[in-house]
Amino acid sequence: MQSEILLRWIVLVPLLGAALNGLLNRRLSKQISGLLACGAVGVSFVMSVLVFLRLTGMEPESRLVQDTLGTWMHLGAFRVDLTFAMDQLGAVMALVVTGVGFLIHIYSLGYMAHDDGFQRYFAYLNLFIFAMMTLVLGGNLIMLFVGWEGVGLCSYLLIGFWFNEDANASAGKKAFIVNRIGDFGFLIGMFLMGTTLLPHLGAGEGVFNFQVLHAHAGVLAPVATAVCLLLFVGATGKSAQIPLYIWLPDAMAGPTPVSALIHAATMVTAGVYMIARLNFLFVLSPTALAVVAAVGAVTAIFAATIALAQNDIKKVLAYSTVSQLGYMMLACGVGAFSVGIFHVMTHAFFKALLFLGSGSVIHAMSNEQDMRVMGGLRTRLPITYATFMAATLAIAGVFPFAGFFSKDEILWKAWSGGNTLLWAIGFLAAGLTAFYMMRLVVLTFFGENRASSEVRKHIHESPATMTVPLIVLAVLSLVGGWIGWPHFMGGGSWFEQWLEPVFASGAQIGAHGAHTGVATVDVLVQNAQMNHAAAEALHETGVEWTLAVVSVLWAVLGLVLGWFVYYKRATIADGFKKAGGGFVYRLLLNKYYVDEAYDAAFIRPGYRLSRSVLWKGVDAGLIDGVLVNGSALAVYLFGSVLRLFQNGMIRFYAWTFTIGVAVFVLYLSFSS
Amino acid sequence: MEITLTHYLVLAGLVFITGMVGFVVRRNALVMMMCIELMLCAVNIVFAAFARLHGDGGGHVFVLMNFAVAASEAAIGLAILVEIYRRRRTVNVDDLKTLME
Repeated sequence: MQSEILLRWIVLVPLLGAALNGLLNRRLSKQISGLLACGAVGVSFVMSVLVFLRLTGMEPESRLVQDTLGTWMHLGAFRVDLTFAMDQLGAVMALVVTGVGFLIHIYSLGYMAHDDGFQRYFAYLNLFIFAMMTLVLGGNLIMLFVGWEGVGLCSYLLIGFWFNEDANASAGKKAFIVNRIGDFGFLIGMFLMGTTLLPHLGAGEGVFNFQVLHAHAGVLAPVATAVCLLLFVGATGKSAQIPLYIWLPDAMAGPTPVSALIHAATMVTAGVYMIARLNFLFVLSPTALAVVAAVGAVTAIFAATIALAQNDIKKVLAYSTVSQLGYMMLACGVGAFSVGIFHVMTHAFFKALLFLGSGSVIHAMSNEQDMRVMGGLRTRLPITYATFMAATLAIAGVFPFAGFFSKDEILWKAWSGGNTLLWAIGFLAAGLTAFYMMRLVVLTFFGENRASSEVRKHIHESPATMTVPLIVLAVLSLVGGWIGWPHFMGGGSWFEQWLEPVFASGAQIGAHGAHTGVATVDVLVQNAQMNHAAAEALHETGVEWTLAVVSVLWAVLGLVLGWFVYYKRATIADGFKKAGGGFVYRLLLNKYYVDEAYDAAFIRPGYRLSRSVLWKGVDAGLIDGVLVNGSALAVYLFGSVLRLFQNGMIRFYAWTFTIGVAVFVLYLSFSS
Repeated sequence: MEITLTHYLVLAGLVFITGMVGFVVRRNALVMMMCIELMLCAVNIVFAAFARLHGDGGGHVFVLMNFAVAASEAAIGLAILVEIYRRRRTVNVDDLKTLME
């Protein structure tokens, strides 16, 4: 009974930390401020672990802890409760968010030690944890949306943290606006869901409550495709998928630990979480799932190619994040929601580590982010180098690092689901990932140092507050995947088993929907069964083994190639640029000119429209011209007519008065 | 010849028109005030005539009230006129146009 109450404090303690840090701000010393912020997240993590332990003690089918604070709104049949709920999926997300969040808080103590906005920074960071926990523990879609917007706000605040530089503030605005475009789709999807569902509900049922949505998924089947696609628009914004991924690379303007926490490990996975949470809806619409899978796969390869040519260390990692998020979407799209969440978790470990490692490098290089002037840091930053290598092997998918298990599982699900094309795209992107990560490592840690002597003198390993989180995350990047050790390798796929009740019920809904006469669902269920059978067949022939070995070899090939091209034969890359590859290189360096294309297609027309129609036409013309000046002109004209009567001539008044009375009397006399 | 209601009404009408025309055409404020009194008087005649016709005292009450109104109006009006005359040395209303501004 304790854990129900704990649930609200998991969410509220970080808010308390944010409030104290935000309101007292400079009145707190840096020590107290940091202690408060880290303590709040630490407490939240410990409580998450406690609730998680309680969940493990329950029956697998009934693993759910709920804490209702009260009713938020109750308008007729529409009802929203302030409910926090933790099931298997929520537990995984809560542990990852608070756990990785705690490590990044600790790291920030060192990284932000000399910053003037120390207290403000930790206030934002705690506020972010609060919003993210609302997102993952909210018991209904409205609470999820509150968290969804909350993390967007925190992202905006933290990207523009150093707001005295215009570029940072612009990047913050870009992130916020692009996210808002996605949220618009999300909102419309929710409206559609609500209006469809409300007439079918009994009294007192919260319409957006996940269990209620779950139970009435059959009602939503006719609009499932539209709803899911609209929700997916929201997911493309938050989880940086084509076409709304453009904000994420620019989000690197914020402090590096923020990039690690928000723009790699947690917030950007919100879209994946949302899709996994609403899996029972998405399985009703094969079309929506196909779109999710296709967008995910294309994003994975698209972003991976851009990452090949970037020179800013954080930009490479940012595009790598976009690419990895594509994998997660791909997993959700082929119906392997648990694998998608598995990749969310492993990615949180190694991508947070990569960003924190790059932060350590940037810190050592006196805030230099261009890899072209780095190099040779291996000996100067041994801990950073060792942990960074662990993360690189993990993201490349080398056995037995965490990334191998999740990425291989995703590719396997794509293959076994019969989507050979999606598998091929994912496979290709995996090789590119290994290649560009090796390029990054070589340029940063190997060869001669290319920095100026000034900078070179100051290169130093980071303090313990920064290296300890690196080491912890490195260990997690190594062992974190083992909880998903697959069956065919003699493991138990424990992670998948843990999440199974959440997603198995989605399949049941599919079956339930079939009873309500939805043909597509029938087909889907049959497909799933066939796929399952096919998977079994493949399993027996050892295809799974073959694919796993091939993908590890592929990753190693990518790494070796990267090593060869950028270290052994450093001239190859230049030769490629000269020998006709310059066009490709420039295309990648400039990110396929997508920003420029959006600029030409949306921003400039939008600007012109604003200028000519909205400003000159509506504002200056209609509002200023017609409404403001027009009303004044009308009063003026009316007044100048009336002024003729106000001439001071008493006899004129008398005349008009007399004539008026005469007309009135005559009218009365003859009208009857 | 018997004097009927019509006679009273015709008389009242003549008096009223005299007052009205006088008020409109004359420029002397004093005369204009006298014309106002004439119009009020015409109304009084009508009241009295109808009161007599219906044998109802209500008309007489109105006549008395009209006297009171006329008296106070004349008192205030004359006071204003005297004051205007002291300042302007004229009571010609065509010269008194300062209220226009």
